[in-house]
Amino acid sequence: MMGLRLILEQVSHAYRDLSVLDGITLTAAPGEVLVLVGPSGCGKSTLLGIMGGMLAATGGTVSVTGEVAADCLNPLTYVFQDFALLPWRSVAGNIDLVLRARLPKAERQARIAEVLALTNLTEFAGAWPRQLSGGMRQRVGIARALAVRPACLLMDEPLSALDAQTRDLLLDEFAAIIARAGTTTVYVTHNLKEAVRLGHQIVVLSRRPGRIRATVRIDRALTDRTARDPDLLVIGEELWRMIRDDAAAAERERVDAPA
Amino acid sequence: MPRLEGPVHFRAAGFAPKDRAWASAATLLGLLAMWQASASFGLIKSLFLPPPVAIATALWHLTVSGELWKHLSASLMRLFVGWTLGTVFGVGMGLAVGLWSALRSPGMAIVAALFPIPKIALVPLFIIWFGIGEGSKIATLAFGVFFPTVIATAGGVDNVARGLIRMGQSFGLSTGAIVRGIILPGALPAILSGFRVTTSIAIVLLVAAEMIGAERGIGAFVLSAGNLYDTDNLLAGIVVLSVLGLIVAWIIGRLERALLSWR
Ligand SMILES: Nc1ncnc2c1ncn2[C@@H]1O[C@H](COP(=O)(O)OP(=O)(O)OP(=O)(O)O)[C@@H](O)[C@H]1O
Ligand SMILES: [Mg+2]
Repeated sequence: MMGLRLILEQVSHAYRDLSVLDGITLTAAPGEVLVLVGPSGCGKSTLLGIMGGMLAATGGTVSVTGEVAADCLNPLTYVFQDFALLPWRSVAGNIDLVLRARLPKAERQARIAEVLALTNLTEFAGAWPRQLSGGMRQRVGIARALAVRPACLLMDEPLSALDAQTRDLLLDEFAAIIARAGTTTVYVTHNLKEAVRLGHQIVVLSRRPGRIRATVRIDRALTDRTARDPDLLVIGEELWRMIRDDAAAAERERVDAPA
Repeated sequence: MPRLEGPVHFRAAGFAPKDRAWASAATLLGLLAMWQASASFGLIKSLFLPPPVAIATALWHLTVSGELWKHLSASLMRLFVGWTLGTVFGVGMGLAVGLWSALRSPGMAIVAALFPIPKIALVPLFIIWFGIGEGSKIATLAFGVFFPTVIATAGGVDNVARGLIRMGQSFGLSTGAIVRGIILPGALPAILSGFRVTTSIAIVLLVAAEMIGAERGIGAFVLSAGNLYDTDNLLAGIVVLSVLGLIVAWIIGRLERALLSWR
């Protein structure tokens, strides 16, 4: 079957003496959305960095297995919280950057047009990033990630820099795009509404050092969900109960920690 | 309890200086007019400070006789070649220092040790190394331009947002593609503002180098006019240098506007 399986075995990480992750073992199945939730500072971004090869874990192994489409240019692809757009390139230019030197011009233009249409940005192909709203910038980030036809999308709080309305709108767009593209996805969030809207597998991490506290599965297809489904809200409540005490403790720790 | 009543007044005025081209021109013209007037009314002796009209006349004579072009062309050639050499090597070295740990500390040590040296003091040495002709003059300029360019470029590279570089890496871009697509354009504003500094340095060094053993060049011309106390021609040469500086600054301004239009 097409698609990438991402496997972590006993992954641990420490920044110098600070142990951040401890014995994380999990698997994201092909086409599945794995959501990572947990209190602030528990190591979610660290874990995502390790998954994408942007950070070398101090222990354990990360591996991928599966078949990747022939037109995939970058199997593991990030969508950044702060968008990471080049201010000196237009919307189309930002996407072109990651295709350049790998595809002939005509094919690049076709892909750019395709992902801009998918993210409703066609009219803004020539705009500078500074001329766009936050939600549009993040859509450019998504378009850029989709343009390389990733086998696995790694998203670190992609909506957290946006206002609540934009977040709701983009959340549904994400769900539609992920469902259509069928890429394996790891999605980090603080927001439990996002977690139940997108997650097939929701992994709850404990306070630092992050360990897996619970794994919740939701089998319903993304296209059959809305963020307001009552049963999903119930699951969201359950998740919140699990991390509430941890979150409060983490917050105290943050405030109390000597400078 | 104190009561507050009445309209809220706008209080966010000021701290936003505007550029007014006409004010720049008017200031310079006004000063010229005052200068000319004080000479015409005999307040300043013309040997002491020649009036603008005398300088303009001298310039006119220099232009029609071809004397001006003889000196100016020699200076422009040195300026162009010397500045370009210093800039090309300086940007290259600045990139290297900004990108690779192996080169960073050695490169910065060299820059720190050699940058503060007054390049003029080295001219005799350059004459021994590169000859009394064009070589030593171009070397003086290139050397003077090189160090500030290294510093501006390395600083620009350091200031490129790390997140953008990580983004490039996460998309699997090659080192070359990251340098060309992310680091160079990100450092460009700093490199271009370095140009403003280095072109001025280049003009100063040009004149100084031409004062040491040159027959042609604005510096040589200014020096010989000075030796003869021919203050009309002396100031004519200085006006040429000032205009040269203005033109170069204008070119860089255009370059910035063209290359940094995204800002
Ligand atoms: N580069 C680093 N060097 C040292 N410590 C770090 C570094 N990056 C993160 N940390 C520490 O590691 C811990 C986990 O950080 P991480 O960013 O992974 O948490 P997170 O779960 O993503 O938090 P948040 O929800 O606030 O984004 C934090 O305590 C943080 O202070
Ligand atoms: Mg984080």
